[in-house]
Amino acid sequence: MEDLSRFKQTYFDESAELLAVAESGLLRLTPGEVDSDEVNAIFRAVHSIKGGGGAFGFTELVAFAHEFETVMDGVRNNSIPVTTELVDTLIRANDVLGQMLAYAREEAAAPPGTTDDTVAALRRHLAGGPAEVTASEPTPTVQPAAYPDDEDDEAGIFGDAMAAIDAARTEAETGIGAPVPEGKLRWTITFRPKPDLLLSGNEPTFMLRALRRLGDATIDCDLRSLPPLPALEAELLYLSWTVTLVADPDVDQEKINDVFEFVADECDIRISVEAPPPAVVAPPAIQASTDPVPVSATPPVPAATPKPPDVARAEPAKPRPNAGNSGGEHAGLTSHTIRVDLDKIDRLVNMVGEMVITQAMIAEHVRDLPPGEFQELLEGLEQLAQHTRELRESVMSIRAQPVSSVFSRMPRLVRECAAATGKEVQLVTSGETTEVDKTVVENLVDPLTHMIRNSIDHGLEGPEERERIGKPRAGTVHLSAQHRSGRIVIEITDDGRGINRPKVLSKAIEKGLVQPGASLSDEEIDNLIFLPGFSTADQVSNLSGRGVGMDVVRRNISSLGGRIGVYSAPGEGSRFVLSLPLTLAVLDGMVISVGEERFVLPLTNIVESLRPKAADLHGLVGKCDVMMARGEYVRLVYLHQLFGIPKAVTDPTRALVVLVETEDGARLGLVVDEVLGQQQVVIKSLEANFRRLDGVAAATILGDGRVALILDVAGLREMSRHYESGYSRPPGPAPAALPAPALEPV
Amino acid sequence: MKKKVLTVDDSRTMRDMVAFTLKGAGYDVVEAGDGQQALTLIGTNKVDLVITDLNMPVMDGLTLIRRLRATPAHRTLPILMLTTEADESKKAEGRSAGATGWIVKPFNPDKLISVVQKVCG
Repeated sequence: MEDLSRFKQTYFDESAELLAVAESGLLRLTPGEVDSDEVNAIFRAVHSIKGGGGAFGFTELVAFAHEFETVMDGVRNNSIPVTTELVDTLIRANDVLGQMLAYAREEAAAPPGTTDDTVAALRRHLAGGPAEVTASEPTPTVQPAAYPDDEDDEAGIFGDAMAAIDAARTEAETGIGAPVPEGKLRWTITFRPKPDLLLSGNEPTFMLRALRRLGDATIDCDLRSLPPLPALEAELLYLSWTVTLVADPDVDQEKINDVFEFVADECDIRISVEAPPPAVVAPPAIQASTDPVPVSATPPVPAATPKPPDVARAEPAKPRPNAGNSGGEHAGLTSHTIRVDLDKIDRLVNMVGEMVITQAMIAEHVRDLPPGEFQELLEGLEQLAQHTRELRESVMSIRAQPVSSVFSRMPRLVRECAAATGKEVQLVTSGETTEVDKTVVENLVDPLTHMIRNSIDHGLEGPEERERIGKPRAGTVHLSAQHRSGRIVIEITDDGRGINRPKVLSKAIEKGLVQPGASLSDEEIDNLIFLPGFSTADQVSNLSGRGVGMDVVRRNISSLGGRIGVYSAPGEGSRFVLSLPLTLAVLDGMVISVGEERFVLPLTNIVESLRPKAADLHGLVGKCDVMMARGEYVRLVYLHQLFGIPKAVTDPTRALVVLVETEDGARLGLVVDEVLGQQQVVIKSLEANFRRLDGVAAATILGDGRVALILDVAGLREMSRHYESGYSRPPGPAPAALPAPALEPV
Repeated sequence: MKKKVLTVDDSRTMRDMVAFTLKGAGYDVVEAGDGQQALTLIGTNKVDLVITDLNMPVMDGLTLIRRLRATPAHRTLPILMLTTEADESKKAEGRSAGATGWIVKPFNPDKLISVVQKVCG
């Protein structure tokens, strides 16, 4: 059994998926509209968890899963009616099953009583008698063969066969004369299969081989029943055998019976054993009520009148109610997927990144070659570039996962929120199959959870209020995902009351986030909810008030390179829009130059770039330079100043200003020498290869092999505050000197 | 030549365990996630033994067994049911559908190997 422990990880992974399948199925389980496919899928999930758990000896888990399964079985065969209470119990049971799995994974015993309440609740739902629920022990490893007697009156049931064997055993003491070797037992086994034995897929040769594995076997074949060739039916069996087996005492009758496990009632078997005294204690003699299979000298095989093959076998498959579509997508995946360690994929992504860089470098070197002379080389490189691009996309797509893994958690959340707030909520999801990088998917859970809670708690009105204002009692929350211009856009829309702007504004003023009397646009007011410190005490409820405000949501999203915005119409509802990059491994950036240095600005931060006129520039005495851009003042940040770069263009009217926006909406004007162009760059972690630097998010390697730092706009804003008093002259030592020599390509 | 076993189960864990155990014992193993996939695979692979779960989506194990037995080429193909359902009615059903034998989950690897040897050598 030891060897199978290596499958524990697979088991836990699979069980997690199965729990999710069961949960989403349970959440859709509605009294009065029971979908039998759905119920079957839940049943199968629990059943599989139980089955695997048994293989690893998770006794408690198996016992609990059994209780759960028993009730699901009742639901499946309609003996247990689906009620809201039942669904609640089943959802709780699914949770407990998850806990049991967690304990099993930790190799810890569940605290006593973990399952008691749920088991009691499950049992209450069982329509049947208590006998059904007590059988919670794991099933024994292998059940002995015991086909009950069916329409075939010639078949003996297991009990009869045992009796016959016992009878034969006692008779056979008179047996063969040759001395039995010291410390051995000699068994004589007579095996007379019925003619149609082959038609159940059984093969006597293999059984004889199995006997041979038990000891030293001499096999005699009895050909007496073999008909003349023209009468011989190819698929029928006319032979019988007598095996003399000299074996160690640890080979007992059970082991021998075991060989004939599947054919016990399709053959006549006699087993006897000879001294030294049998090591086996004879099982208590079973007195069969009917006459055991007769022991006769003439073989009973009726060669002339073979039974036709069992009709049932040739019967065409009955159409089954669930065949065809139940749970197909989740089972269908299995044999076409492989599990790969994430590290391996990341290494691959990294290598492909290097290749992209190398390819870009080569492309840069050959750009100046005269085209006529190196036509073939250039064409080859063009193809290489094409393939590299495709390779990179393919590799990135390996890491991509559908957002359904996150979306599927939301029905549960909505259900809980609705219960906690007393509101009626309908969740509609779309675009679940939209794919995005695994890391992005994983990090979406918390923000989405919070935003949906927020929508239900603050956005939606209670059912009575909704009725009063002519809306349907149940509010709707729509969660959608789609690809839009190389990013994934996730929207959470509710049809609630919308953002209460006067309240938000007064709260912001009260918190000192907005100056009293400031005039803000509706959009600006809506976006105040994302400001740190906005979340207020009287907003704290059981649900969304968990010490996490929308500012944390925005921080989470922006750490993924994403943006969040809100659009609200009073009385009609709110729409939160998240836009995220599809991958965290590459970045769309704008390459800029300052002096001799190159930097990359994330495209998502850039609003526009412009060359300011002298009239647009204003120096705030003792503060900093500002520029008038699109009707508002924007602080200018001199990159050469921040990073201490010599030979840069210092006069903004001769340089360029790139207008950037941080995730929280603050704008800055970065003064740079030149904007060199847009490029997709492979992100190299600076922290992993060097150390964290203020104002720098990461690094990359450009086509010419140079290291360029990817700027962190929010960080630049922080840094620039230190320069508020010294704008007119570049200060001496810069806080963050460029570490270029230390950066080796990774 | 190695004997080829087709394991049919919607549980990846179970398939992996069967495959691992049998490969260790010198068998080739092909896997299918349900009865329908199994039929497809059998159409293109010559298999010496089928080990099938009973309760599966798309096409369950009993249907698979009946479908196989209805095909002349598979009338004598050994088919084992692998199931946690130890109850008699399932076995009777399996038997009348044409199953060769059964293994009750959870199984012990040695037992699985000995049962497999018993029905396909």
